[in-house]
Amino acid sequence: MAVAVDVVEVSKRFRLYQEKYQSLKERVLHIGRNPHEDFWALRDLSFEVNEGETVGVLGRNGSGKSTLLKCVSGILQPTEGRVVVRGNLAALLELGAGFQPELSGRDNIYLNASLLGLSTREVDRRFDEIVAFAELEQFIDNQVKFYSSGMFVRLGFAVAVNVDPDVLVVDEVLAVGDENFQRKCLARIKEFQDDGRTILFVTHSADLVRVICDRAVVLSSGTMLGMGPAAEAIRLYHDHLLEAGSAVDTGFAADAPHPEPASRPVRITGVELDHPGLGSRPYLLPHEALTVHIDYETAAGADNVIVAMEMHDRQGKLVFGSDNFVLDQPVDLPPGRGRVDLTFDRMPLLEGAYTVAVAIKSYLGVVYDLHEQEGFEVMNPGRARGSVALDMRIDVRAASLS
Amino acid sequence: MTELRSEAGHEHGAGPGEQAAPVLIGEHERELAARAARAAARGSKPTRIVAARTNVWRRFGELWRSRELFGFLVRKEIKVKYKNSFLGFLWSMLNPAMNLAVFYVLFTYFLPNGIPNFVIYMFSAILVWNLFLTAVLTGTSTIVNNGGIVKKVAFPREVLSFASVGSSFMFFLFQGIVLIAFMVVFWHRPAWADMWLLVPALASIVVLASALSVFLSAVNVYLRDTQHLVEVILNAWFWATPAIYRFSQAATELKRHHLLWVYFLDPVVPAVMTFQRVFYAVPVARSTVKPHALESMLATYGVHWYVFADLTVLGVSLILLLGALVVFGRLEGNFAEEL
Repeated sequence: MAVAVDVVEVSKRFRLYQEKYQSLKERVLHIGRNPHEDFWALRDLSFEVNEGETVGVLGRNGSGKSTLLKCVSGILQPTEGRVVVRGNLAALLELGAGFQPELSGRDNIYLNASLLGLSTREVDRRFDEIVAFAELEQFIDNQVKFYSSGMFVRLGFAVAVNVDPDVLVVDEVLAVGDENFQRKCLARIKEFQDDGRTILFVTHSADLVRVICDRAVVLSSGTMLGMGPAAEAIRLYHDHLLEAGSAVDTGFAADAPHPEPASRPVRITGVELDHPGLGSRPYLLPHEALTVHIDYETAAGADNVIVAMEMHDRQGKLVFGSDNFVLDQPVDLPPGRGRVDLTFDRMPLLEGAYTVAVAIKSYLGVVYDLHEQEGFEVMNPGRARGSVALDMRIDVRAASLS
Repeated sequence: MTELRSEAGHEHGAGPGEQAAPVLIGEHERELAARAARAAARGSKPTRIVAARTNVWRRFGELWRSRELFGFLVRKEIKVKYKNSFLGFLWSMLNPAMNLAVFYVLFTYFLPNGIPNFVIYMFSAILVWNLFLTAVLTGTSTIVNNGGIVKKVAFPREVLSFASVGSSFMFFLFQGIVLIAFMVVFWHRPAWADMWLLVPALASIVVLASALSVFLSAVNVYLRDTQHLVEVILNAWFWATPAIYRFSQAATELKRHHLLWVYFLDPVVPAVMTFQRVFYAVPVARSTVKPHALESMLATYGVHWYVFADLTVLGVSLILLLGALVVFGRLEGNFAEEL
């Protein structure tokens, strides 16, 4: 498999000045004394992205994600190392960057497309498609300064995705726009994947990575924590977030503050999935029972906690999520170790692989601990199709001719 | 760095789903292979390397591929300046026209300097000078002013500097219309036979202005007062060209001290003199101050001298431009963080 983006030992150093002297006068006045600190935004990063692959870059704010993308797209040059890109690259770092408010939408399409490296002939050919994608048919000859922010962003995205890149670099831009437009963007990205284009995708949303990416890189303060299949990388990312004591931004309790590991009132020491056939086969049959055992440890005990679970399918779609709060069943955890069982008497699933995530939170939503690495599979012994096991009965009632 | 796939098997093999996973991964890999095949089917792709040092020739290649962008940027400058209004560019002609009218009255009635049709004499010089001035001034600040694009889009940034020279050239053409209008009003005949001299003269000025724009636009990112400094220098520089005074006045004075060569160190002078030769085209005339004396209005050099001088400036400017592009390439790497 050919490599589309080869990041070779890339480091990027920024100089942080206490006070930046940006004029000749100041430089002369302060000659020889301009104290600065070196800050390595990226440190010795190496990875490869194969052609046709979609790779996510996960990391918290300030972990170097955007710097990495800027180095890959050539906006910044790495201090050390190099990035080799095979094919035309388009970077969606900021939608509508370079739009001139005084110019019409039409002029801006041409200007922006040529900034991104598209020839006039190509723009002529795709013009209608771009306008249709941006849903701006009526306004295309208006000056861009009269556009709403939504129109602005739509036009930016429409131009960028029509640049026909071999490698697309996307930075959190999908977070903008209304839901309808986001869906369209995602559909477009899927199209890109089907065309065999390479996508490098920066986000701090693990859900998006689960939906879109084949593999993901996890960054932390400029170094690489790891790279692997999306689900594994997400687990690593979440572990890292917990260690760093920051909020988990997916699934459970977005933006909830998290206590330091040492001071966690409750820790999950293990999660096990149990089903009747476990001894003989590793998978579930439709309508079998499933129990999730959660082993916990709490030094001081915790009253009125929330025990929550979520089940995702392989595509990252939430299949089921619930907690004792939903069931209106208070849970108090006495001091020491113990086990909470979540039992499903009948799992109405027909087929597929599912991941199970569990969390123990305070009743205010502070995540005490989170465990996201268990999974199970359902095998369908019959010939019905689909993922949900529904009971269907067929009755034939012949109406007699009379 | 950890390779997660291998690690996963050891640590988390307990889940029943993990054991059946190979089937799914296999499917996934098939899909990836299919995508890669489609990627390969799209044909050969150019390889680009982002590193601290890039090859000069590669840069030139990228610059050449951006010529359409250059056109759009020039068009943008003009459209933005005239706010899309059709009559907008008339306004840019009104200003020099007004200046000319004022100078005409001033130097004919109040401060006569001996040069007949002085307005034509002066404006043929100022036309070239304004091209140089606006190109260098707008060029110097272009990277800083377009920081929004420079920080967010990857493209050869030199194009911005060239585009300011390009749009200055368009304004030069508009102002040329004013000069032609005045020549018609005064019924002043240009030197038709020498018109071709404008080509080397313009080439020398455009390349010189490009070299300075490219160099100064990069420097201005790091030293923000460069643009003010340039403004001051250009203000003084103007007087080193024979626009308000006669060339012979300066030449006689300098020759006395054997310093005439210093005058020709100014690379703008040959182009200015060429324009005056072509548009003013009166080498010797009766002075308007001393009615009986014949004075030389223009230099008495032959056509060959003009060609030689313009081509020398062009040659030197080309070398300067090459140097400026190399310097630009060195400084470009940190633009996005300095802006």
